[in-house]
Amino acid sequence: MTEVSAVGEITRVGETAQRPASSDPVLSVEGLSLDFLLRRHILHAVRNVSFTLERGKTLCLVGESGSGKSVTARALMRIVDKPGKITGGKVVLNTDGNPVDVTALPDGSKEILKLRGGKIGLIFQEPMSSLSPVHTIGSQIIEVLRLHRAMSKKEARAETIELLRQVEISNPEEMIDRYTFEFSGGMRQRAMIAMALACDPDILIADEPTTALDVTTQADILGLIKRLQTSRGMALLLITHDLGVVAEVADEVAVMRYGRIVEMGDVDTIFHAPQHPYTKRLLASTVKLEKGRAASQSRPRAETVPILSVRDVTKVYGGAKEWFGKAAFALKAVDSVSFDLHAGENLGIVGESGSGKTTLGRLILRVTEPSEGAIIYRPERGEEVDVRALSKDKLRDFHRQVRLVFQDPFASLNPRMTVKQVIADPLVVSGGMTGKAIEEKVAHLLELVGLDPLAMERYPHAFSGGQRQRIGIARALALDPKIIIADEATSALDGSIRSQILDLLLDIQRQLDLSYIFISHDISTVRYFCDRVAVMHKGKIVELDTAEKICTTPEEAYTKSLISAVPSPDPRNKRMLHRHRFQA
Amino acid sequence: MTAMHSTAQFHDEAGPAVTPLKPTGGREEIAVAGQWTLIWHKFARNKLAVFSAAIIVLLYLIAAFAEFLAPGDPSASRPQYTYAPPQPIGWFVESEDGERRFQPHVKGYTVEVDPASYRRTFVPDDEQIVPIGFFVEGTPYRLWGLFEMNTHLIGALDPTQPMYLLGTDRLGRDLLSRLIYGTRVSMSIGLVGVAMSLVLGIVLGSLSGYYGGWVDTSIQRLIEVVSAMPTIPLWLGLAAAIPLTWSPLQVYFIITLIVSLLGWTGLAREVRGRFFALKTEDFVTAARLDGSRERRLIFRHILPSLTSHILAVVTLAIPTMIIAETALSFLGIGLKPPVVSWGVLLQDAQNIRTVSSAPWLLAWPAGAVVIAVLSFNFFGDGLRDAADPYES
Amino acid sequence: MIRYIFKRLVYMIPTLFGMSLIAFLIIQLPPGDYLTSMIASMTQSGQNVDPRQIALLREIYGFDDPIHVQYWKWITGIVTRGDFGHSFEWNRPVSDLIWDRMGGTLTLSIASLLFVWAVSIPIGIYSAVRRHSISDHVFTFFGFLGLAIPNFILALTLMYVSYRFLGQSVGGLYSPEYVGAPMSWGKLLDFLAHLWIPVIVIGTAGTAKLIRILRANLTDELHKPYVVTARAKGLPEYKVVLKYPVRIALNPVVSAIGWVLPELVSGITITAIVLNLPTAGPLLLRALISQDMYLAGSFILLMGVLTLVGMLISDILLALLDPRIRFR
Repeated sequence: MTEVSAVGEITRVGETAQRPASSDPVLSVEGLSLDFLLRRHILHAVRNVSFTLERGKTLCLVGESGSGKSVTARALMRIVDKPGKITGGKVVLNTDGNPVDVTALPDGSKEILKLRGGKIGLIFQEPMSSLSPVHTIGSQIIEVLRLHRAMSKKEARAETIELLRQVEISNPEEMIDRYTFEFSGGMRQRAMIAMALACDPDILIADEPTTALDVTTQADILGLIKRLQTSRGMALLLITHDLGVVAEVADEVAVMRYGRIVEMGDVDTIFHAPQHPYTKRLLASTVKLEKGRAASQSRPRAETVPILSVRDVTKVYGGAKEWFGKAAFALKAVDSVSFDLHAGENLGIVGESGSGKTTLGRLILRVTEPSEGAIIYRPERGEEVDVRALSKDKLRDFHRQVRLVFQDPFASLNPRMTVKQVIADPLVVSGGMTGKAIEEKVAHLLELVGLDPLAMERYPHAFSGGQRQRIGIARALALDPKIIIADEATSALDGSIRSQILDLLLDIQRQLDLSYIFISHDISTVRYFCDRVAVMHKGKIVELDTAEKICTTPEEAYTKSLISAVPSPDPRNKRMLHRHRFQA
Repeated sequence: MTAMHSTAQFHDEAGPAVTPLKPTGGREEIAVAGQWTLIWHKFARNKLAVFSAAIIVLLYLIAAFAEFLAPGDPSASRPQYTYAPPQPIGWFVESEDGERRFQPHVKGYTVEVDPASYRRTFVPDDEQIVPIGFFVEGTPYRLWGLFEMNTHLIGALDPTQPMYLLGTDRLGRDLLSRLIYGTRVSMSIGLVGVAMSLVLGIVLGSLSGYYGGWVDTSIQRLIEVVSAMPTIPLWLGLAAAIPLTWSPLQVYFIITLIVSLLGWTGLAREVRGRFFALKTEDFVTAARLDGSRERRLIFRHILPSLTSHILAVVTLAIPTMIIAETALSFLGIGLKPPVVSWGVLLQDAQNIRTVSSAPWLLAWPAGAVVIAVLSFNFFGDGLRDAADPYES
Repeated sequence: MIRYIFKRLVYMIPTLFGMSLIAFLIIQLPPGDYLTSMIASMTQSGQNVDPRQIALLREIYGFDDPIHVQYWKWITGIVTRGDFGHSFEWNRPVSDLIWDRMGGTLTLSIASLLFVWAVSIPIGIYSAVRRHSISDHVFTFFGFLGLAIPNFILALTLMYVSYRFLGQSVGGLYSPEYVGAPMSWGKLLDFLAHLWIPVIVIGTAGTAKLIRILRANLTDELHKPYVVTARAKGLPEYKVVLKYPVRIALNPVVSAIGWVLPELVSGITITAIVLNLPTAGPLLLRALISQDMYLAGSFILLMGVLTLVGMLISDILLALLDPRIRFR
């Protein structure tokens, strides 16, 4: 085992001597290192990583994107992509009393093929693309059974139906012949689990299995994985970036950063007595979101007239006559939504994917035209603007005062313009400013969002995701707006950067007179950021109340199920797996 | 794995562990580099594309200075030298006293008559030496119709003596001169044709985009119909309608038009597709919310993102045009003599008997076509790969 | 599925209409009409021209009708009676002349398409899987060359090579002794022996393009998560590649019929002229030069229809191959 980089040695608190002799690890990783030979450099993606997996236990590998956790997991099955190469260490698999070093097996050998799917099952993130779109669900599972368990076609089919039943897919006899695109995301992940478990593996690797799913689906899937693990006595290696999920399901936790495990221990110790500063930081940024709005200014609501009123806004898609004269399926993306936004207030809109929250944001700005309803904007006392009746020119004035911050910091900045040009664009368009004045304003805005004004001549590609989002915010602020609609503005960012951006937005609010409409799928973010929260479900607002009330004592059944599905980042207070289910 | 707790030492690493293989420099330079700089960096990494670009420039230079580069008049025929084979250039001559002296030259010809078929064939004759030189005076010409000149890059010192570096054709005309003049016509047809395609594509594309609705639908259907038609029969059909009485210049333009008439569809489709994709990009929506009007949106935000792609597509369309002209002229239905193009030259190589007795008539023009097309393809591919420097 | 095919069929009608308009336009394009040139040549050779006979002919062929009436007469003749008009040069109905030749074009199209697939699919897969290997570079190089050499130049070169080095003259689809002979084993073998040169000439460019497309697509697909899934199942590598990504990367290969077929038909036209094959090409060229426009227009129309039918078949194949299209 050679140390690849000179950056520090791992010191184990209680080296091998303290390892309990009684337990028999089904898999032990010792000093695993893995390099990617790239064009310009060698990336040491995994450095000297060691851990063990035991039957019936769950190890969570936590880290931010690029920490090497997925690669580590794939190395256990020897399915690392081309430029990646294992450079050191051992992966000892011991399922039947004969330990095998997986790293020593020749490429593509029978032994490797046997352990893939046979002894180690894998499920991973993208439920949309991890199954073949042109084969039926059934045929893909049957293939595994026939491969490893030498079943006849008929047996395999019967077994597949049984597996689908076990992963709680209703009507498995029929679903077995369906294609993946006929399944929802959650259903696909269930099918994926059925496939991974088909040959009764000893180890299940779940690589971010719920990241692409809504919270309620996430809770269901994690619950299912947990139940199956217990009933089959498998070892589970769960890879995630979400500390909430870790707290809910882990027995032991390994924190990864830049390819090495910086801290490892049982879940309670990691959460309540972390040693490494990185772990501490990671926890700090998470716990903060959970606690609720720290700096909640319960400002007196003197003005009773809201700055923006939305009344019965509806958006219907489709419904027009189709080609053969058959009326097409009409979809109400937003269904008579009404709410008020007060000056200086932060209103959150939460919902799962497809709830209509993003469409609602675009309807307010008339990027998408509403089908029905009224939007009233009151910039000054006594003045009322009917947004839906605005002409194209007047709408531009409205857009100056009500701004949008986008979700994707990479797509929302024109890569062909310098930061100065991006931020100054609204100023140039509205006219009436000299070049010098514009430059001063841009410099001021950059300082406001915590960037160096000297960077204004650079292009967006020179900035990281978090910095780009700051540029986007500066652009939104350029015209001194009254309202900012932030559409999932922090969901593309990693945990620690997310909380920085949230704090920036709050800080700006303290300096300027602003109101936010904060659209998000992430309830803890909304709780941290907002005064009041509207919960959307299937195009409707099901509940609207203060953030505290929604998050602690919700009234509606849907809100209850939603809140209870949010994983709690405290292993002493597990919540998600004993949740309240909502039948729609 | 019960109470085993381990931590790494408490130092913070700033980034992923990396061992550099190549020096990485100029971060600051990249940070302030605009679109075209980045495209250039990416393009320059593709050596083959850069090399092809150089070849293309060379071909256009040949086209521009055809009169100077060609040793003679492309239409001057010398019946006494029909189907004369190419002569290699020699650099030294040996005088009778055995002294070697620098004198570029070619060998003259002697005529051999095949006793069976009575066919005359030319064979290079080692005895006859035709001294040649650079920057020699020869046939007078007007460069670009402006400058009276008579200097040629290369030629026989005595203009009455034969120098046919690439051989001659049926009428005893110098293939090298014809090939060089042909470069002018063939390469410019590609350029003019693509320009017309671009105009057609942009006009119809913007009509399609601006009016939408049935205009868009019918233009899309038109594109479908045209691209489903096999091109060569259609070209033939259109070219056959050109009246025989038209002047060479008129024919040139109408052929270019025909060639571009069928080339615009791919262009229009590409532009339209990219345009619609860009229209829904976040940064375009952002610009709209910044208060930009349609005009500003298109010219400031959408078009700058399109130009590099359009450039690549246009480059890749040029070889098709060159091949089209060559094919039409080859079949005798496109450009006709006395106009000289590569296709017209290949027309002389139409039957197998000619090709077998004078293979140079096929080899040189065909080689020119292939080199031009290859260069444009490599160049265009390089451009296309570099067109979007922002995708990872 | 039946609904899908029906929809595709309905969708074809306007395209067919457009093609017929283009063909008709080409028929109408040359200045004057066949009669005018016939009269001219008759007067020139000193023959008497009977004005009444001319008037009769004009009426029969409707040369004096307004243009849309002429189109209507022409197209209804084709659709209802299979009457493509009259070939003035051959003095026979066009329909007598075209079917034989179109048969030749069809045979060559199918043979070339099969050649294109048979060569490009294995090479495309190989190049994608062994990206940047030496053989990949060699294939890529030949691919570029194949794209850059126009059909007719390739045909001439092959002709020259086989004439010069193999001592045999290439051309036609049959040796002289079989031309009029009834079908027999000997004739079939002779046919196959003649077929390969045109097939290679016609198929090269399409093969090169398809290899590039397949290589690019398969390279993309090879990095999709479902490939990792297949690998994690424990399938052997060749099966992982062939069963999943190749299956999906083949979609564009099948839908390529849509653009490969027009190119093949196009290539056949010019190659047939060079190699003197009994397909539509040489006759079309001759008809165009002598301005025998009904014959020429009919060929152009039928070639368009041929590619359209090819596209329909590719759409149906695609739907069979990919359930996502079937269910849309």
